[in-house]
Amino acid sequence: MAILLDKNTRVICQGITGWAGTHHVTQMMEYGTKVVGGVRPGKGGRSHLNLPVFDTVSAARDETGANASIIFVPPASAAAAMIEAIEAEIPLVVTVTERVPQLDMIRVREALAGSRTRLVGANSQGVLAPGVAKLGVMATGSERPGGVGIVSRSASLTSEVVAQVSDAGLGQSTTVGVGGDPIHGLSMRDCLELFFADPETEGVVLIGEIGGFEEQEAAEFIREAKPSKPIVALIVGAHAPAERRMGHAGALAIGGAAAASAKIAALEQAGVRIAPSAGLVGRTMADALAKTH
Amino acid sequence: MRLHEFQAKSLLADYGLPCPKGAVAITAAEAESIARDLGVAPLAVKAQIHAGERGAAGGVRMAHGPAMVRSAAEALLGKKLVTAQTGEGGLTVRRVYVEAATSAVKQIYLALVVEPALGGFALLGAAQGGEEIERREREGRLVRERMTLSVGAEPDPAELDAFLAAIGLEGAAQAKAATLVAGLRRAFIELDASLIEINPLAVTADGDLFALDVKMTLDDNALFRHRDLASLRDEDDDDRVKLTSQRDQLNFVQLDGDIGLVSNGAGLGLATLDMVKAAGGRPANFMDIRTTATSLDIAHGFALLLDNPAIKTLLVNVHGGGMQSCDTIAEGLGVALRRSGRSLPVVVRLAGLNAEFARTRFKNFGCAVIEEPDMASAAQRAVTVAASGRA
Repeated sequence: MAILLDKNTRVICQGITGWAGTHHVTQMMEYGTKVVGGVRPGKGGRSHLNLPVFDTVSAARDETGANASIIFVPPASAAAAMIEAIEAEIPLVVTVTERVPQLDMIRVREALAGSRTRLVGANSQGVLAPGVAKLGVMATGSERPGGVGIVSRSASLTSEVVAQVSDAGLGQSTTVGVGGDPIHGLSMRDCLELFFADPETEGVVLIGEIGGFEEQEAAEFIREAKPSKPIVALIVGAHAPAERRMGHAGALAIGGAAAASAKIAALEQAGVRIAPSAGLVGRTMADALAKTH
Repeated sequence: MRLHEFQAKSLLADYGLPCPKGAVAITAAEAESIARDLGVAPLAVKAQIHAGERGAAGGVRMAHGPAMVRSAAEALLGKKLVTAQTGEGGLTVRRVYVEAATSAVKQIYLALVVEPALGGFALLGAAQGGEEIERREREGRLVRERMTLSVGAEPDPAELDAFLAAIGLEGAAQAKAATLVAGLRRAFIELDASLIEINPLAVTADGDLFALDVKMTLDDNALFRHRDLASLRDEDDDDRVKLTSQRDQLNFVQLDGDIGLVSNGAGLGLATLDMVKAAGGRPANFMDIRTTATSLDIAHGFALLLDNPAIKTLLVNVHGGGMQSCDTIAEGLGVALRRSGRSLPVVVRLAGLNAEFARTRFKNFGCAVIEEPDMASAAQRAVTVAASGRA
């Protein structure tokens, strides 16, 4: 069992007829994901990639029994697409679209509050459960089914860590990209909660970076939850130049060494093992798992 | 996108922000004639740069009469101003804002800002505003009030009144501030702002409010729906390369070392930067190739590095993913090297999608690259090569 996805996840794609939708839906189906339809306003009734296309998410849900959606619509209409999926009560929504305006993401967060939807992203590479399903745009080939859960803000580092974990003789239960933008849906903390409850996940890798406070929030949750599973974290950006701040409020979101060390300190205090380098994440997790067994 | 004080004040005037009378000048003569037209004294002559704490750095000068305004403007225009927020290099003052000085009985701090931790935006305030707020923050005795705002619903009047009272706004001033907050919230949403900071908001003896300084930034990702605001962009000295690279679907930050870094993805780019530093090297830049970049965009990015004579070595660390594969980046590098005619050592680390294809591309372009099997060895190799080149 993985988190978020299983063999019965039935996926629709919003923006299926565009280049990105067409390309990635094809790849997802090749991976074995059950894609059951697509949504493109104005093209309802047609078919694309041998899948039925609908005008609205609710029509697609009613006709196909979909319980997940992946969104590839352009930034200007991405928020409307997410809100439509939330209102149609789709349980899992992944948004790949980059550069969604911040206030649109705030509107989406307001729609999410109290809803039945879990939103991954925006600006996310998606969710991959090796051997089960892929709801995203990540390249596959180096992943293998196993017990390491990975939650990350970075798609490129996730690919890197997946390969390292496989090279260390381990595999992945699920990888989740929470999204590279400051305001997004599912948080690192939410993912940890799901991984702790998942019997197949034996350990978790958290890949964080400077900016924001999400890693600190995750550390706080780990301290409270006291998981028996080992957690390894990689925090990058200690040597990044600090952004020039403008005004007083800017001081609240500093970058650089201070931000990285604050995150590392919070995670260490919660009992998380910090990978000494971006090249040693897989090995650190293998050592940690060897000690707990 | 950062706005200047004069731009923010002009935009926000339409939303009911009360500001002292003023106008912007690009020459000292123009500043003098504005002073004459305003016909009031004293006046403040304020350097227009994208950074705060100007007062302490001599960027805001009080002047009595047009002649003094002229000499204050002369002292500022064309000069670099270094404040606590500009970095060591400072920023060049290209405009001054000449404004009627206002005497305040209170100086309040008031801001609307996107707060990622809340997944929303919030109203921030403090009873002691002005540059005092920076000192209090440093001394750890700043009392900051916060109130969460919503895009979909107006603020609760009772909650807002309590917030305003907590930052020292009462009576007539409180009622005016409540109206002001409503206007600023509307501006924030309509203009897709990520920050509107009024510091200080002056309260006069009569209970009137005046925004003495405004800092405002707009969300770059939302500029597509504000074509009219695009002309407000004023490129700072250090932003030019950054902006060029944004057009090419790259994120670029100039540093002062000798190893040029290229990665796909911000996370991998930051990790590469950290590893080069850990190996004792000096990165010349941070560069992240966005997933939407074409090989031509990437070639432009490489050209930025090849044009920098300080760079002795390139380190290309790529983990090809579903959105950006190794061969596209190899092609970008091949094109850029061929165009520039420069030959310098290139250390590459290729993994993930189309790594093998990328090797073929390098061969076809005639690029002699030094390939390393993993991130750590590649970072180490680049540092060694750059050091031998320096010797």
